[in-house]
Amino acid sequence: MRTVNSLIGSPIERLEDLRFLRGRGQYVDDLARKDMLHAAILRSSVAHGRIRSIAVAAARALPGVHSVITAKDIGNRVPRVPMRLQPLPDFEPFGQPVIAETKVRYVGEAIAVVLAETAAIAEDALGLIEVEIEPLPAVADRRASAQDASLLFEDKGTNLAIKFRAVRGDAAAAFADAPYVRRESFRTQRHMALPLEPRGLLAEWDAARGRLTLSGGAKVLFFNRRTLAKQMGLPESAIEIVENDVGGGFGARGEFYPEDFLIPFAARHTGRPVKWTEDRREHLMCVNHAREAECDVEIACKRDGTILALRGHAYVDVGAYMRTNGAVGARNVAQFMSGPYRIPHIDVDVALQLTNKTPVGTYRGPGRFETDFFRERLLDMVAQDLGLDRVEFRRRNLVSQREMPYQIATITPFESKDEFDSGDYQTTLDRCLDEIKWTEKSKLAGKLIDGRYHGLALGCFIEGGAAGPKESARIVLEPDGLYSVYVGSSAIGQGLETAFAQIAADALEVTIDRIRGVFHGSTSYVADGYGAYHSRSVVMGGSAMLDAAKNLREAIRAQAAQRLGCQPSEVEIVEGSKAVGPGGKSIALNGLSSEGISAEGAFLNKKHTYTYGTHAAHVAVDAKLGHVELVDYVVVEDCGRIINPLTVHGQAIGSVVQGLGGAMMEHLVYDQEGQLLTGSLADYLIPTASDFPNIRAIVMGDHPSPINPLGAKGAGEGGIIAAGGVMANAVANALSAFGAQPRELPLTPTRVWELAQAPRK
Amino acid sequence: MEPRLTLADCLRHHLRLTGTHVGCEHGVCGACTVIVDGAAVRSCLMLAVQAEGAEVVTVEGLSNDADLTPLQKAFRRHHALQCGFCTPGMITTAHALLSEEPDCDAARVREVLSGNLCRCTGYIPIVEAVLDARAAYQPKGRDRSGDCA
Repeated sequence: MRTVNSLIGSPIERLEDLRFLRGRGQYVDDLARKDMLHAAILRSSVAHGRIRSIAVAAARALPGVHSVITAKDIGNRVPRVPMRLQPLPDFEPFGQPVIAETKVRYVGEAIAVVLAETAAIAEDALGLIEVEIEPLPAVADRRASAQDASLLFEDKGTNLAIKFRAVRGDAAAAFADAPYVRRESFRTQRHMALPLEPRGLLAEWDAARGRLTLSGGAKVLFFNRRTLAKQMGLPESAIEIVENDVGGGFGARGEFYPEDFLIPFAARHTGRPVKWTEDRREHLMCVNHAREAECDVEIACKRDGTILALRGHAYVDVGAYMRTNGAVGARNVAQFMSGPYRIPHIDVDVALQLTNKTPVGTYRGPGRFETDFFRERLLDMVAQDLGLDRVEFRRRNLVSQREMPYQIATITPFESKDEFDSGDYQTTLDRCLDEIKWTEKSKLAGKLIDGRYHGLALGCFIEGGAAGPKESARIVLEPDGLYSVYVGSSAIGQGLETAFAQIAADALEVTIDRIRGVFHGSTSYVADGYGAYHSRSVVMGGSAMLDAAKNLREAIRAQAAQRLGCQPSEVEIVEGSKAVGPGGKSIALNGLSSEGISAEGAFLNKKHTYTYGTHAAHVAVDAKLGHVELVDYVVVEDCGRIINPLTVHGQAIGSVVQGLGGAMMEHLVYDQEGQLLTGSLADYLIPTASDFPNIRAIVMGDHPSPINPLGAKGAGEGGIIAAGGVMANAVANALSAFGAQPRELPLTPTRVWELAQAPRK
Repeated sequence: MEPRLTLADCLRHHLRLTGTHVGCEHGVCGACTVIVDGAAVRSCLMLAVQAEGAEVVTVEGLSNDADLTPLQKAFRRHHALQCGFCTPGMITTAHALLSEEPDCDAARVREVLSGNLCRCTGYIPIVEAVLDARAAYQPKGRDRSGDCA
């Protein structure tokens, strides 16, 4: 049996599971330090207002309270949360102060930090702080925002942060000659990633050495260290950010939030370790929201269903500030509105409107979930108008294999040209139709059976991955002959340690038990790392690891050659355990070096991978109750070379269920005063074990990516992207007798019931 | 011990048994589920003082160093966990269910697990894992030492 070079592609059971299953994972709130203070944060209960006074004396006087920090204690200029992606100067005026200075702009904005001997005392003290806020008119939605009657930033004179525009070809000319045009408006609702572990931080300041250690990092440790170093006036080398086990990311966790400054600042301020763990209400109010987008779009087609052009306007409610990755969702709404389809002429702009709500950031499939809902809904409407079969209409317009690499619309400003890397989009469509038994089930479409209307729908998607510019890895042959792997990628619960152990073991030609560990959780392990976002870890970190393995093997050969008295080129490494020279003379690797041998590697990349696929759903709708039962759901995707089929399949299923949450139930509701009405998990509903039992995922690896040595593509987001559009189309199909055309998510029972109130045709 | 201390905080911060997780502190997410006198309960909704004289079993108590238990092995085999944060609550809930109802069907498993939120897996592999572990809880195959989790 082959024991090496066979791990990639195998369903290896996860290494992480051994600790998680025994309750031995170590999440940040599991940490404790001697003499540790606990932080609690007073947050604004007013959406928009001017701070008149903050009285903290009573809180400070409470026994057990060490200190209270407000903006006045921070220094002359309160630091801003920076933009990590698309860092345009246009966004700078809209940056969030890490603690409110003169105004509050959303419910949940930090006003004061209490530090106390226990978390309970810190929370008690919050109630003793008196804050006087002069309320200003709240900007509750993007329409009010666009009127600029009440301004979040008065000196800017506008609530419009920026407009992006995605262009390909000449849309105006194409529309002028188009035989068929349809115009529609759609809306997706504000919802969020909601990882199950709340955020937490533990900051330790070593005054003697001038060093800070911050535990609780995730996702982008190195960017956060750069930011924190600047804000605290420290060299980067004086800060270590440590990633513990992370209870889910989905884009939201690990971005630089105000607390990422406040807690380290508090540790330096007090000279004691400071721990902070948010509660779920804080999480719902403070962690990046996402997905609140609207559009007015037009599509132009030939009568045979060839799509000619797409144009229109989109509007994204970005909340009160522009922070870290807050522009990504909006830009993606514009750039990816065409999805996997060949649309020669495109002109879509998107306005990022500030409102008095929690700032937005990326959530798995950012912008893509929204824009897939818009597009796939529109395609079904067009097919109906033109009397075309929904499948054939899509098939005709999918980008074909011979058009690869296929250039999509270019977005500006922060110009980004992009192209699809590889794939056969027809294959996943065909497989999905087979799996769900489309032809057979088509007979049920719109039929009333046992009191419920059956509906069938499909939708196609693309998922971007592999964001550059770089990732770093280092592999060490330890003196005992085992290998330690260090990487700049981050683990957020996706099984990174297992996938990387598979890649490293194959590259080193050893069995997986020879990998002592995959170490990814610290800014000290590699010189510079870029983390886990945009489905990049396997492609970028994995490719860097291949480079490190190659360099390590060269270093081992060089060292062995010295010992064996030959040239490095004459040395062969056998089973990763011994070096063999000319004439069979050999040396065991565990005896090669008393310090170990280390080699670094990197992967540089400017291109993106594009995973693609098709979703299909079969629903049964109770028109009287508005209840939608998911009878069957299939996702078929091709994500290039598969590292671990077990984990990639699991992520596909989990991603679909998150998408169904967004399609059917999840909604962060605000009133006109800018108050969040869904501040608990009893109000903000996410899927449970009984909601969607019938989901199947088929993950194919037939079309490797040509842009990286592994041939891998980003995976894990494909399941969520098409879910909104597909579910809405399935409900429309089921309720076709009522002429139902969902134009808004989520498809709650009330909304579905309303769709069935028109007279039956 | 302060009367207002929850059982969850007592286990985690006083006894340093951090396998029990706290995800919402209002009884919805189920990450803090422990077994009190045989019943699965939310340790965030129970005060530590209420547990006086009771037998409390956490995920640590359902684990051993030597090997994964049959339930844990089933979770691993079915990839029924990703980030691991909900996992201790899933294990305790499933153990309590299987101990009482080793013949439960998929619908029953779903019903019972619907009180535990998972954001990663989509639940399908968790349900499969629990169904797969039923065999280990059958009275005849039961290890008399009680180490059947």
